Amino acid sequence: MLAMNFRGPFRVRIDRKPYPEILHPEDAIVRVTRSCICGSDLHLYHGLVPDTRVGMTFGHEFTGIVEEVGSDVTKLKVGDHVMVPFNIACGTCSFCKQELYGNCHESNPEATAVGGIFGYSHTAGGFDGGQAEFVRVPYANVGPTVIPPEMDLDDAVLLTDVVPTGYQAAEMGGIKVGDTVVVFGAGPVGIMAAKCSWLFGADRVIIIDHLEYRLEFAKKYAQCEAYNFRSLGDPVLFLKKTTDYFGADVCIDAVGAEAAGNAIQTILGRKTLLQGGSTTALHWAINGVKKGGIVSIVGVYGPTGALVPVGNIVNKGLTIRANQASVARLMPRLIDHVLSGRINPKEIITHRIPLEEVSEAYHIFSAKRDNCIKTVLIPPRAA
Amino acid sequence: MENVAEKTLADKYAHIKGWGIDADPENEPTYPIKHWTGDDHKRINWKRPPLQPVNIEVLHSIERPNITAVFGTSSPPSGLSGAIRRYAFKYSEGNYAHWFALVLADRVNMVEGIIDDIAHGHFPNFFKERGWTAEWKYNRKAMITKLAIGAGVLIGVAAFLYARGGKKKSLL
Ligand SMILES: NC(=O)c1ccc[n+]([C@@H]2O[C@H](COP(=O)([O-])OP(=O)(O)OC[C@H]3O[C@@H](n4cnc5c(N)ncnc54)[C@H](O)[C@@H]3O)[C@@H](O)[C@H]2O)c1
Ligand SMILES: [Zn+2]
Ligand SMILES: [Zn+2]
Repeated sequence: MLAMNFRGPFRVRIDRKPYPEILHPEDAIVRVTRSCICGSDLHLYHGLVPDTRVGMTFGHEFTGIVEEVGSDVTKLKVGDHVMVPFNIACGTCSFCKQELYGNCHESNPEATAVGGIFGYSHTAGGFDGGQAEFVRVPYANVGPTVIPPEMDLDDAVLLTDVVPTGYQAAEMGGIKVGDTVVVFGAGPVGIMAAKCSWLFGADRVIIIDHLEYRLEFAKKYAQCEAYNFRSLGDPVLFLKKTTDYFGADVCIDAVGAEAAGNAIQTILGRKTLLQGGSTTALHWAINGVKKGGIVSIVGVYGPTGALVPVGNIVNKGLTIRANQASVARLMPRLIDHVLSGRINPKEIITHRIPLEEVSEAYHIFSAKRDNCIKTVLIPPRAA
Repeated sequence: MENVAEKTLADKYAHIKGWGIDADPENEPTYPIKHWTGDDHKRINWKRPPLQPVNIEVLHSIERPNITAVFGTSSPPSGLSGAIRRYAFKYSEGNYAHWFALVLADRVNMVEGIIDDIAHGHFPNFFKERGWTAEWKYNRKAMITKLAIGAGVLIGVAAFLYARGGKKKSLL
């Protein structure tokens, strides 16, 4: 079968790989119909995630048709068209039982700090991912959800990661009716977080980035205010001034390890890997939120330490809330939001690219060429 | 279930005046992200799913006692990078030795990948793998400038080395 193949930082290609096998009674084999490239894939692509082995296939945001099921699979049958959450979750460990599906303890031998994720290095379990024609899906009774017949496939694929992540970012913000919410990052996740902030009753939603075309899009799509941090001068000061010198009620970090805007952070976190990513956006979030405010982090960082103003977290009495999105927990609610038209995920898709052109697709998304926001890869045998 | 557990604890701590008196189940900062069930206090003693047979080498974090019930089989450790990874997994996830060794292994693995490609009669097409056909399409001007600067630097270095080579000879 065709599958994306990682060869080292900034080098990926399409290759032939053996068809995946059922290795566990709760496995399913799925023929992929849509597979996105996520901002998280860029951390792998740029060589920032330790234990990203050569030969791995990435891809954790995908839909597909069930081709084969293991002996203990009861919830899916061959032929079902499913959306597959990016988290691999057993459904029986203490964490899964409490709906922390992003923190499963039975899906990733290599690290205890993160649950299993499809196609996301051996630090997240060593599973080959969905940027391929076929993929092995463990714990098929827990995560995969049959796509409602009235749902568009392009909407469905975005329900496996970017929509739940944006939604959970807003949810973790504990937004109260009337709040001012600031979202750092106008990538797919940040745009979705801004959009979802309204669902929780925000009074003002502000998004911050430095890519004009993304800010323009966010302004229209999420009906929010959009600012370029390159022209704001000091973003923290701007946030203070625009909230009557009070601070935002909620700040959301939808940027993560590859934040731009501060040379020292870039050198420590992106160029030398001396810290687990550049924390520029998180800095702004911590300093720009009000006292007693909430900082919600969905941006992904590396496993080692990184500089953040801990003193200000203490002195301001901040609440930090963070996690990998728990996709299976949110799925029913989000299906309802999509089918009722409150969220239109597929509008963020700017690029539909054949799986065979995976090298070009990665470059376009990584280098932000051609006004790229969200890229979907389409395998040759997709429905 | 939960109440039985709490009752037992209350009995256990009967000698501590006021034990649990201010415990407030509503004070759960992770809700609704987490539906507290009390299972955490049973630790890792849940009924485990069936175990995926282990017939490849799986490195596991020393912060857990075993391999998880399922695991990925993408790229088992091999070669020099594999040896470095095995070393890395002697250290916990809180230890820099663990992560820096893994990053080093990744870089070694990249070179192994190139050697492996060539050994299989395939010289990797770096231009294609880096997606530069897309760069050529969408950012041609900047790409030409970059290539020109690169070529200029190369020619400069070559000229410098050539001149130095010449000088050395004349000294002889
Ligand atoms: N927690 C989760 O479950 C989860 C799931 C999906 C993605 N993520 C993470 O969310 C983050 C965003 O993902 P994405 O797909 O939108 O990626 P993306 O790379 O497309 O978007 C990131 C955006 O941040 C902008 N940016 C850079 N520095 C900034 C700064 N200092 N301030 C404000 N904006 C800045 C970039 O210009 C870019 O537009 C990534 O770190 C990704 O790994 C987390
Ligand atoms: Zn993702
Ligand atoms: Zn679990």
